[in-house]
Amino acid sequence: MKKLLSVSLIGLAVAAASSAQARDYDHVRIGVDVPYVPMEYRTPEGELTGFDIELGNALCDEIGVTCEWIEQEWDGIIPGLLARNYDAVMSSMTINDERRQQVLFSEPYITMPSAWFAPASLGIDEANEETLDGLTIGVQRGTLQDNYVTDNFGSVADISRYSTADDMVLDLDAERLDIVFLDYPIGQATLIESEDGDYTQIGEQITEPKEYFGDGFGIAFRQRDEALAERFNEALATLKENGTFEEIHSRYFGE
Amino acid sequence: MVDVNAWLNDLLAGNKIFTPATMAHYWEGLVTTTQLVFVSLIIGLVLAVPLAIMRSSKRKWISLPVYAYTYVFRGTPLLIQLYIIYYGVVFFDGIQESFLWPIFREAFYPALIAFTLNTAAYTTEIFRGAIKATSKGEIEAARAYGMSESLLMRRIVIPSAFRRALPAYGNEVIFMLHASAIASVVTLMDLTGAARYVYSRFYTPFEPFLFVALIYLCLTFAILFFFRFLEKRLLAHLPSQSA
Repeated sequence: MKKLLSVSLIGLAVAAASSAQARDYDHVRIGVDVPYVPMEYRTPEGELTGFDIELGNALCDEIGVTCEWIEQEWDGIIPGLLARNYDAVMSSMTINDERRQQVLFSEPYITMPSAWFAPASLGIDEANEETLDGLTIGVQRGTLQDNYVTDNFGSVADISRYSTADDMVLDLDAERLDIVFLDYPIGQATLIESEDGDYTQIGEQITEPKEYFGDGFGIAFRQRDEALAERFNEALATLKENGTFEEIHSRYFGE
Repeated sequence: MVDVNAWLNDLLAGNKIFTPATMAHYWEGLVTTTQLVFVSLIIGLVLAVPLAIMRSSKRKWISLPVYAYTYVFRGTPLLIQLYIIYYGVVFFDGIQESFLWPIFREAFYPALIAFTLNTAAYTTEIFRGAIKATSKGEIEAARAYGMSESLLMRRIVIPSAFRRALPAYGNEVIFMLHASAIASVVTLMDLTGAARYVYSRFYTPFEPFLFVALIYLCLTFAILFFFRFLEKRLLAHLPSQSA
C-alpha cells in the first residue's frame, strides 16, 4: 500500500513538473560568476557591471522582462541552472558540444580567444609540451581552458585548479604558478593592464581546436526553455541592428 | 597488468563519468587525502603529548601559552586557518626568496601545517582532560612509594590517561578525515577535489560526490574498527560500560 502511494506520488510530481514546462517569464534570474574583468565584476562602490551585465540588462529591456543577477561560482554554474536556482547563465560561457548536451544556448554574442599569460621573467615565447615541461599551470576549474590544458599538457606539467580567477591571479603574483591559461580579455585586463606585476602574453591568441574552444560566448538556458532562448535571440539581433550592441562593445573593447 | 587494464576498460565502457581518467583522479585524491590526514595526525599527536603535560601544569607561565594556542585553534574555523596559512604567507615580503618558500610554494605543506596545528590543539585538550581525570588515590599511592614527579607522570598518569583518552581521540581522527575535505580550496587534488573536478567537467553532482562519500565512509569504518580493536586491548581492565 505504502509502495503504491509513493509510486503514485512520484507520478504526480512528474506530471506537475511537465505541466510547468511551458512557462512564460516576466522575471528572469541570470546566473553569473563574479569577478571576471571586464566581462562581469563589481565596481569599488559594489555595483555589478561589465560587458555581460550591460548587454544582459539591455537584452532584458528589449524583451520587456525584469532581470535579476545571481552570483554563483563557476564550477557549479551549470548544475545551478539545471537545479532552477536561476533561469539563464550569462557569464562568459563558451558554447561547445559538451555543454550543449546539458543546456540550450542562445546565438553566440561575442567570440573570445584564450591565451597564455606568464611573468616576463619566465623566458619562453611559445607554449608547447617542451616549454611547459615541469611548470605549474593555473586554470579555473571546469572551464574549457581547464579541459584543454588537462588533456594536452596534463602529462608534462602540474595543473592547479581554482574556483575563481582571482585566487589564481593571487597565486601567480605569489609565484606559486609559473603560467596561467585564461580567456584573452580577462588576462589582458587583470594581468597586462594592471600596474603591479610584470606580465606578458605567451604566443598567439588561441581559438583552435573548436572541440575545446567552441563557437563563442552564448547565454545558457534549460533545454525546455526554447521560447525564452528565442526571445533573447531576437532581442540580440535587434540590439545588433540598432547599434546598442556596438555601443556597449566599444565601451569595453575599444574601436 | 594489460589484462587488468583491458578488464577495467571493459567495465567502464559505456559511461562518461567513471572512465579510467577520472578513476586516476579519484585514486590521486585518495592518496592525497590519506597522506594529508595521516601525517598531520601523527605530527599532531607527537606535539600534543608535551603540550598536554604543559597545559596541566600548575605553573601559570607554562600552562597559559598552551591554553592560548588551543583556544585560538579550537575557536576559529579550520578553513580560515588554511586560508591564512596558504594565502596569508605570500604577503610577507621576501618570502619567495627565503628558504621557507619551497615549503609554502606547494599547496600540500600549508594544508599540512594548518591541519597539524588544528588537530594538535584538539588532541592537547583531549589529553589534558584525561590527565586531569586521573584518580587522586593512584597519585597518592605513587607518592607514598616515593616516586618523583617525572616518574609519577611516566609510570602512572600518562599510561592511564592515554587509555582514557582513546575513545575521544578516535572521534578526533574521524573529524580530521572529514575536515580534510576543505583541502581542495587551495588547489589540492584530494578526494573532494577530485569529485569537484569531475563534477565541474561533466556537470553531474550526484555520481562523483556519492562516489567519494562512499570512499570516506569506508575510511571512517576502517578507523572506527581500528580504534575499537585498540580499546578492546587497552581498556580490557576497565569494567564494561554496556554490560
